[in-house]
Amino acid sequence: MTGKEDMLIVSHREIAANIFELVLQGELTLQMTKPGQFVHVKVSETFVPLLRRPISIARISREDKTFTIIYRKSGEGTALLSKKKPGEKADVIGPLGNGFPIDSSLKGKKVLLTGGGIGVPPLYELSRQLKAIGAVPVHVLGFENIESSFYKEEFARLGDTYFSTTDGSLGVKGFVTDAISYHEIEFDRLYACGPTPMLKALETRYTEREVYLSLEERMGCGIGACFACVCHIPNDPAGYKKVCSDGPVFRAGEVVLSC
Amino acid sequence: MLNITLPGLSLKNPVMPASGCFGFGKEFSSLYDLNKLGAIMIKAATPEARFGNETPRVAETPGGMLNAIGLQNPGLLGVIQGELPRLESFDVPIIANVAGSSIEDYMKVAEQISQVPNVAALELNISCPNVKTGGIAFGTDPKMAADLTAAVKRVSSVPVYVKLSPNVTSISEIAIAAEQAGADGLTMINTLLGMRLDLKTGRPVLANKTGGLSGPAIKPVAIRMIHEVSRAVTIPIIGMGGIQSAEDVLEFLYAGASAVAVGTANFVNPFICSEIIDALPEMLSRYGFRHVRECIGRSHEDAPEPDYHRA
Repeated sequence: MTGKEDMLIVSHREIAANIFELVLQGELTLQMTKPGQFVHVKVSETFVPLLRRPISIARISREDKTFTIIYRKSGEGTALLSKKKPGEKADVIGPLGNGFPIDSSLKGKKVLLTGGGIGVPPLYELSRQLKAIGAVPVHVLGFENIESSFYKEEFARLGDTYFSTTDGSLGVKGFVTDAISYHEIEFDRLYACGPTPMLKALETRYTEREVYLSLEERMGCGIGACFACVCHIPNDPAGYKKVCSDGPVFRAGEVVLSC
Repeated sequence: MLNITLPGLSLKNPVMPASGCFGFGKEFSSLYDLNKLGAIMIKAATPEARFGNETPRVAETPGGMLNAIGLQNPGLLGVIQGELPRLESFDVPIIANVAGSSIEDYMKVAEQISQVPNVAALELNISCPNVKTGGIAFGTDPKMAADLTAAVKRVSSVPVYVKLSPNVTSISEIAIAAEQAGADGLTMINTLLGMRLDLKTGRPVLANKTGGLSGPAIKPVAIRMIHEVSRAVTIPIIGMGGIQSAEDVLEFLYAGASAVAVGTANFVNPFICSEIIDALPEMLSRYGFRHVRECIGRSHEDAPEPDYHRA
C-alpha cells in the first residue's frame, strides 16, 4: 500500500564523493517489503524544484521503522536534499514500483548481483533478503573510481564481493562485465541495476540465463499516471511499459533498452 | 456548500483532476476514494492507440514542468472497453477528453465515447501542443475551432466543453467562436508552449524539443485568461492552470470559473485533489461564503461585495 508521510530524518551523511546515505523513520517503512522498490521524495517545501525525486530503497529495518536511501548529489534537487539535517522531516511517497522477484526456490542457489554507480544501493536490501532465504549472493559492483565507491564492507559481509572501476583504482579496471570475466563468476540467476549500457551488455551476454534488470528513467509522478517514463516493448509499436509502475525491475527482453 | 451544477454535470464539489494528469483513474483509486471527486477528466482518447513521443518527456522549470507526452493512449476501443468500465463503480461524472488529427477523427471518438453510460460530458481537446497534426491547430484558428465544435456537437449525445489553448493572441476570440458553434462550456487553460535546453549539449531537453508548460508558474496566465473569457461568453468555464491549494481554487472561482481542474499538482502530491476538497469548507467560511456559488466571478466590477462578517 502506497502512502505519503512526513518522515523523520534519523541520520544523513556523505559516504563517498557526492554520495549520501539518508536514514528515515516512520510508519511508511512497514509498507516496504520488496527489494528494488523506490520512494518519491519532495526535496523542497517550495515550488522549486516542483517535482519529487525517485530514489531506490537500500535497506529496510522493520524493527525500528527505518529505511535507508543512498543517492548521488548531481543536480539542483539532490543538492537541496543533501542539506537536510537529522531531526528534520522529509515528505516521502512510497513504496513505489515492483521490486526484484525472489522466492524460496533460490535457496542454496548462487545469485549474481551486479550494480553500477548509483544503481548499487537497491542491491544491498536485495542481497540481505536473498541471504535470509538461504540463497548465496555474489556481488560485482562497478564505480567510477575508489573515491565514489561505497558499502564495500557491507556487501562483503553478505557474500563474495568484486569490484570494477573505470580508472582501475579499485578492483578490475574496466566495467562490471570485465570483472565477471576476470573472476570467472558462475551463477544461477542475475539481478542488475545501473546505467542502461551496462544493463544492455549484461542482457546481450546472458541471453540463456534468468536475468532481471532495474531501469532508471526520468519520472513525473512515480505512480503510473503521467506517462513520462514509458519504454517500448519488443515487436509492438504502440505497446509500452511504465518504468515507475510496471517496473522498475523487468525480466531481460521484456522491454527495449534504448529508453 | 460545495455542489455545483453545470451542463451535463452534477458536481458534489467543484474540484476534479485535469485530463492527462490522472491517467484513467486506476492508479489514484488505490490511494483514495475517487467518490470524493467532483468529476474526473480522463486522459485523451484518439481513434487508434498511440505510443506518443519518445523520452525524455518531462523537464522541470521554476515552479512548473514541461511535458511532451504526445497523447499516449490505448485508442477509442481501448478506452471504452479497457478503461471506462473500471470507473463505473464510482459515483462520479466522467468527462472524456476527445482528440484526433482531423474533424472525422474527433467526430468518431466523440460519437462513440459519448454513448458510454458513465460519460457525462466531453472535453474537446483542440489545444494539445505536443502532437504534430490536429490538436492545437484547431485551437488557434477561430473558424477551425468553430467548425470542429459544431461537427462534434452534431454527433455527441452529451454536452461538449471545449478546451482552450493559451497559445493565441486573443483567447476570447476562440472562446466566442466555440460558444457560437454550440459549445456547452469551456475548459481553460491548456499548457503554454515552452522549451528547455541542456547546458552541456546545447540541445533541447525534451525528445520532442518543445513541450507544454504547466504548474504554479502558469497560474497568473490562467487567472487573467479566465477573467477575460468569462466576460466574453455566457457558457460556464472549468478553470485550470497551476492549482495547488483550496486558496487557488477560490482565486479561479473569483476569476469567473464555475469549477476547477487540478493538473500537475497530482504528480507532485497524488492526494492533492482529496486534500483540497477537505480544505474547501473551512476556507470558504474564512472568507465569508456560505456556498461555493457565491465566489464565482467576484473579480468582475459588477459582482456584489463579499460579506466577510456573515460566516
